[in-house]
Amino acid sequence: MRRLVFLLPIAIVAILVAIFWVGLDPERDKSVLPSALVGKTAPVVDLPGLADGAQRLTLGQFKGQLVAINFFASWCLPCRAEHPLLEQITAEFGVPVIGVAWKDKPEASRAFLQELGDPYVATGADRNGRTGIDFGITGVPETFLVGADGTVLYRFAGPLSPEGLRNELAPAIAEAKQ
Amino acid sequence: MRRALALLAVGWLAIAPALVQEALAQEAQLADPQLEQRARDLGREIRCVVCQSQSVADSDADIAQELRVLIREQIAAGRSDQEIRDYLVARYGDFVLFDPPFKASTYVLWIGPFAILVLAAIGVAIFFRRRVEEPARASELSADEHSRVKRLLHDGPEDRV
Repeated sequence: MRRLVFLLPIAIVAILVAIFWVGLDPERDKSVLPSALVGKTAPVVDLPGLADGAQRLTLGQFKGQLVAINFFASWCLPCRAEHPLLEQITAEFGVPVIGVAWKDKPEASRAFLQELGDPYVATGADRNGRTGIDFGITGVPETFLVGADGTVLYRFAGPLSPEGLRNELAPAIAEAKQ
Repeated sequence: MRRALALLAVGWLAIAPALVQEALAQEAQLADPQLEQRARDLGREIRCVVCQSQSVADSDADIAQELRVLIREQIAAGRSDQEIRDYLVARYGDFVLFDPPFKASTYVLWIGPFAILVLAAIGVAIFFRRRVEEPARASELSADEHSRVKRLLHDGPEDRV
């Protein structure tokens, strides 16, 4: 019994070391915040359509199917870099991608899509960035998966790369489809 | 040369706060100075989510600016500071607050140091109590042991059998 008392401090230190070991993982990307939204119902999206005369973009239109939401902007260089991969999300995985032009002039977003191609099934203009804030984005680009029931399933912060698409987004899509 | 550098530094220090003020002045402010003060105080508690070591009030980032506008809007709409904090935490998580909340997942952070201090104090107390008790045990020796101690002190080590 007395022995156990002496072991107690060692046990406490061991537990603390374990906690800090996980918490201070040098591999951890400190710029990516844990999303507060995953597992919750997606925020309301109700934005003017980007194209001239397009109808308003709402998430309700896509109820009952798995969709990806991609926040982008014409002024954002990483968005340019990830752009070719967005088409793959639809082509390879059959998931439609909704575009939200975040804090961008509509004419600039339109020119951006005209130049690089339009991978989106529908696009809305979030001029004051409020929808982005509702999703808790820290910048553009960010990509979310929203399930058939309207629950946010996954968040990818930053530009998609071929590796990111294959190793992170693809498994998340596979899991969402189950 | 050194003097010129020092002068430059002093000059910069004098100008820098004015520049920050200028950035703030370009934004629409609340007409009521008391509400505006609340918005600024709140902005200092909220972490800028891209430039994470800066507060929303200090940051020039796009999103920080948008969050400042949002805080002002909500204050103007009559929301309380706590409601605005909750609004931001719902979107960005506790991380957005510079002052981490007291809840189950942060108990270790808040209580840990004090718990360790208390445990250490108890440990030290036990250690010293033992030391005080130790000499008293000498009287607990049996008569046989007493004579052996005496013999040892007098004659030196016993021969091993």
